[in-house]
Amino acid sequence: MIRFEGVHKWFGNLHVLNTINLHVRQGEVVVICGPSGSGKSTLIRTINRLEPIDKGKLIVDGMHVSDQKTDINRLRTEIGFVFQQFNLYPHLTVLRNITLAPIKVRKVGKKEAQEQAMALLERVGLSEKRDAYPSQLSGGEQQRVAIARSLAMKPRIMLFDEPTSALDPEMIGEVLAVMKDLAESGMTMCVVTHEMGFAREVADRIVFMDHGVILEEREPAAFFTSPQHARAQQFLKQILSPMH
Amino acid sequence: MDPWLDFTVIRNNLTYFFIGSYPHGNLGGVALTLYLAVTSCVISFVGGLILGLLSVSRHRAIRYPTLAVINTVRGVPLLMVIFWMYFLLPSLLGHPVPESRTVIAALALFTSAYMAEIVRAGVEGIPRGQTEAALATGLRPWQALVYVVLPQGLRNMLPSFVNQFVSLIKDTSLAYIVGVSELTQVATQVNNRSMVHPTEIFFFIAAVYFIICFTFTSISRRLESRLAWRKSI
Repeated sequence: MIRFEGVHKWFGNLHVLNTINLHVRQGEVVVICGPSGSGKSTLIRTINRLEPIDKGKLIVDGMHVSDQKTDINRLRTEIGFVFQQFNLYPHLTVLRNITLAPIKVRKVGKKEAQEQAMALLERVGLSEKRDAYPSQLSGGEQQRVAIARSLAMKPRIMLFDEPTSALDPEMIGEVLAVMKDLAESGMTMCVVTHEMGFAREVADRIVFMDHGVILEEREPAAFFTSPQHARAQQFLKQILSPMH
Repeated sequence: MDPWLDFTVIRNNLTYFFIGSYPHGNLGGVALTLYLAVTSCVISFVGGLILGLLSVSRHRAIRYPTLAVINTVRGVPLLMVIFWMYFLLPSLLGHPVPESRTVIAALALFTSAYMAEIVRAGVEGIPRGQTEAALATGLRPWQALVYVVLPQGLRNMLPSFVNQFVSLIKDTSLAYIVGVSELTQVATQVNNRSMVHPTEIFFFIAAVYFIICFTFTSISRRLESRLAWRKSI
């Protein structure tokens, strides 16, 4: 579904992605973790070309992402993206946030789009908020609406870029629950997160990155009990007991 | 003994101050001032929007020439632009152009450059994440601009647009120089005729300018507080 082959990316002199090889199969949930600045956000942002790659091959859903001939807008309709800062449109109601892309891109009729949106709001537990504006919602609610907005395009892949990092602790659970539900429905997911509980429970694989390099790529049980790489051991130690 | 200020000259010419010699002759006075301001405002709104959007284009071949035009116009006094249009426009078009039209062209060009800067700042002030969110759902870049960035940006720009319009109203007084009979020109005519009441006449037109401009600034301020809605992103 997603295949990185020797992918490199630089920000000026900074080598943010260094020889990335990674294969995500259909229906798989891959959690990407690592210290800040390790390139994990950049990695998932290359998948829908929010960040272009400089070298190597990146094939998503059978299409070459960096190929100029690829219809990137079409590819993006197949890939949902959830941001750390939610990025809901503040001038539109919840319902119109969700229906904008289906109506303008998929050319779905307004009524049909609204029905779909209501079903999605139901799924994330926010159907009573359809006419609210984003500023009237809590962070957790905004993020759930953002997930519904991505799902409205019926994507085959969902990408999450630190979806709970901007949330108050008591709201993290409700967002993770929606994501878990999504994972169980068979969605292909790449999740950048520090929520190790979620990773352990939901992920099929953990990818550990540092300094733009994938250092470790293993099943959660193995990763958490016996991380191989020294940097991964140190990272886990810090993140699991922050007071250490 | 004459009173200190004698406003009978105003009363006697009141219609002339407000509408010129209309309907028997050309529209003038306050009405022409507003006509010049509104017409060039509408044109410069469209022009400013186009120039502003071109100036944030990702393509250098579009962005640089646009910025060159904007900065050139902004670097020249308005009076100079009015002269240019007054002498250039007829020779460019090959036929005579009414003075008021050349003034509208000059005001519209000049104000477009400033509107463009407002549009540019307004568009650049919208967080990058808004565009990214729109693109990520498959909207094309122009759709992201039209449905997501501009609606938010325009609300933020609205108070600045009104301020620009207020400047424009005052700038119409420069049309005096090419003999367009707007308020300032009319005042000068009346003054030349009566000779003895310049204080009253110019005090009066200052008050008229002030009342018009103050009305719009108040509207602008009210809009600003009404539109202070996006606190939470």
